[in-house]
Amino acid sequence: MKRRDFLVKGVSAGLVAGTAGSFANLEQLSAALPNFALYDLVAVRDGEPEVMFDRAIASLGGMTKFVKKGQKVVVKPNIGWDVSPERAGNTNPKLVGRIIKHCLDAGASEVYVFDNTCDAWNLCYKNSGIEKAVKDAGGKIVPGNTEGYYQTVQIPKGKKLKEAKVHELILSSDVFINVPVLKHHSSANVSLSMKNLMGIVWDRRYWHRNDLQQCIADFATWRKPTLNVIDGYRVMMRNGPRGVSEADIVNMKQMIVSADIVAADAAAAKIFGSQPDDIPHIRIANEMKVGTMALDKLSINRIKI
Amino acid sequence: MHKLSWLKKVRIAVSLIFLLLSGAIFLDPGQWIPVKVINFVTWPQFVPSLIRFATSAAIIASGFLLFIVLTLIFGRIYCSSVCPLGTLQDVIAWVRKKVIRQRPLRYTKARNILRYSILTLVIISIFSGFSLLLNLFDPYSNFGRLMANLVRPAFLLGGNGLAGILEKQDIFWFSKTDFKSLHFASITFATGFLLLVGWMSVFYGRLYCNTLCPVGALLGLVSKLSFYKIKLDKHACNSCGSCSKVCKAQCIDVKAKTIDYSRCVSCFNCLGVCPSDGVLFINPLIVKHTEISPLLDDKDNKRRTLIKAFLFSTVFLTVKSYAIRVTGGEKPTEIPEDRTLVSTPPGSETHDHFNSHCTACHLCVSVCPTHVLQPSLLQFGLQGFMQPYMDYHSGFCNFECDLCGKVCPTDAIKSLLPEQKKRAQVGKAVFIEKNCVVYTDNTDCGACSEHCPTKAVNMVPYKEHLKIPKVDEKICIGCGACEYACPTKPYRAIFVEGNSIHQLADIPVQEKIIINKTEEDFPF
Repeated sequence: MKRRDFLVKGVSAGLVAGTAGSFANLEQLSAALPNFALYDLVAVRDGEPEVMFDRAIASLGGMTKFVKKGQKVVVKPNIGWDVSPERAGNTNPKLVGRIIKHCLDAGASEVYVFDNTCDAWNLCYKNSGIEKAVKDAGGKIVPGNTEGYYQTVQIPKGKKLKEAKVHELILSSDVFINVPVLKHHSSANVSLSMKNLMGIVWDRRYWHRNDLQQCIADFATWRKPTLNVIDGYRVMMRNGPRGVSEADIVNMKQMIVSADIVAADAAAAKIFGSQPDDIPHIRIANEMKVGTMALDKLSINRIKI
Repeated sequence: MHKLSWLKKVRIAVSLIFLLLSGAIFLDPGQWIPVKVINFVTWPQFVPSLIRFATSAAIIASGFLLFIVLTLIFGRIYCSSVCPLGTLQDVIAWVRKKVIRQRPLRYTKARNILRYSILTLVIISIFSGFSLLLNLFDPYSNFGRLMANLVRPAFLLGGNGLAGILEKQDIFWFSKTDFKSLHFASITFATGFLLLVGWMSVFYGRLYCNTLCPVGALLGLVSKLSFYKIKLDKHACNSCGSCSKVCKAQCIDVKAKTIDYSRCVSCFNCLGVCPSDGVLFINPLIVKHTEISPLLDDKDNKRRTLIKAFLFSTVFLTVKSYAIRVTGGEKPTEIPEDRTLVSTPPGSETHDHFNSHCTACHLCVSVCPTHVLQPSLLQFGLQGFMQPYMDYHSGFCNFECDLCGKVCPTDAIKSLLPEQKKRAQVGKAVFIEKNCVVYTDNTDCGACSEHCPTKAVNMVPYKEHLKIPKVDEKICIGCGACEYACPTKPYRAIFVEGNSIHQLADIPVQEKIIINKTEEDFPF
């Protein structure tokens, strides 16, 4: 590349990144769009991850409802642990790959995937099967292992959590798809969509030190993901969030998809066997009006395959 | 040109390959270099191989034997080919030659008192189980520390900068790396060592190898007996000194037409420079007696040297016993949690084994993906100076990872089978309830239990809906994930107390999950 080309490309890349950032307030963006969605929440069961997602997204009007041509998408699965897909400590790689494919088919310019992992990040990426699934599907797997990738944001509505350092890709992407795996969690009772957002911030110790459940709800007030897809295909029933062996896992073959992060978590908690009210961060988020856990007031599409 | 001057070219090629590979294995944050390559590079390294051989006389540990045999045949080619510190000195001297003009090297007398004193002391100290002295002088380990403590920070800084630039172009080929190994003592030592070796190689060629290096001294004794030797042809040589000027070991005495074989590193620089083709590389036994160079040392001289070396050794032993007394008991005070013993990596079996086998080359520190392995200061006492320990404030031991054991060239950390590694208990978690967030703040936390790979740290009912950690020592492996994740400051609420002898942890009992009758419908 000639120096001039390099400069031109560099500057234009900078401009694009900058402009994308200024449009990045997804909440405003989605609020500006007319809401054609037929359902507030889709629950699917008894299918393979890909099939269940196909059905769910179709019933919401297809991925084109959420991803416009040329948009940058960030998909955030749980890749927190250096465990195999069978251990279900991380989001099912097949589901991640399928979501990426839908985004690219809808015209996304780039689909990024990352997590701020707990175990050694490169081992998590590799052994979770997600790195390969992302590459095979045409997405970009991006590191989140150093503080340099994170930028400070303010959380005006937060009670305990007033600011956090958030991965720059969340700030620069147009669409944010949150893809947690449903599992038991020793600290937060159940790990779901809101808990999964801990993987886009840098300093998690602060949350643990300052009322974890409140901080989880606080952070959900900052920015709601465009879509939450909860993987309940294999479910870790105990010893979460890491799990000790495959004996912790039950094959449930379920999936929840919703733009309402609280509703999604409430529904998944019920599948897990808990009442949303018993999960403090779901209850608090409901009280803070991040979303609603009153599932009976929502229009839910229930699909059995 | 001499018909054997190609030997020099081969030597340069091999040495540069080994220098580059030896350097690269310390600079690989993404673990791109396969373990096999790492093992290939460290296999011939003399001291690590020797130490490993002492524990398990196996082929994998026979690198040093090969080089003793090769030395018996060709002289000290170890020093001129696979020793990365040797080649580094050559590179420094080469650069100096390009930058500063100065008088060429010339023959000097051997500094045998110093050389054999160090060798004797090192050997005595190894047999008395005190490896510090060896660690301070071993060329491979010193090279490792230069790379790990000086070059690696700069390399990672550059790498992170490049990753940042690429990232702006939307390219994520490699990641930024958090650098946590800035350890004052190791950096200071490495810097001091670099200055010393740099100064020696700039002004005196391979002086380090022929005075301070115990491997050089040992192989020097062997190379006196070597089958093939450099020799000056007494008829052809007119003592012009061309060969002496290029001799980095300063071991060719052109006036006496003799060579000090204990110092010759078989670099073959002299082979191609003699205007009258008088430098030979031959087997002296085959050549006529009159042409053989006389041995440099006479018997009297040798005996005196040995006596002096013995005297120096006794001085050292006195100092050593004093040092042990000072650090005996070993209760480090600067560690906030009430820890009496740090942990050694899984596979190191016991602190004694680890401390007596580790040469502190910092290869494991460089490859550890979680940065839990860090150079120590006096955590192991003086004898373990700079040896790595498990620093749970820097990281924790990744459950499925056994990289340190796979790369350790001395077997101070033995490679474990995955199932062994996951049960190797290097320490036990100790819970301090009064520091715990659940106790002090009455809020959920459980960061320790989250990270625990065996659920040895489990959350048990506390009060109301809260749960508090409880440790099951039997299944704890001491990986330190709990301590690393614990958010309390300045003292953590859970820490790992090291085991001086590693134990076998129990396998966590996993009862079968009784699934409630799965409903056909949705619960909402």
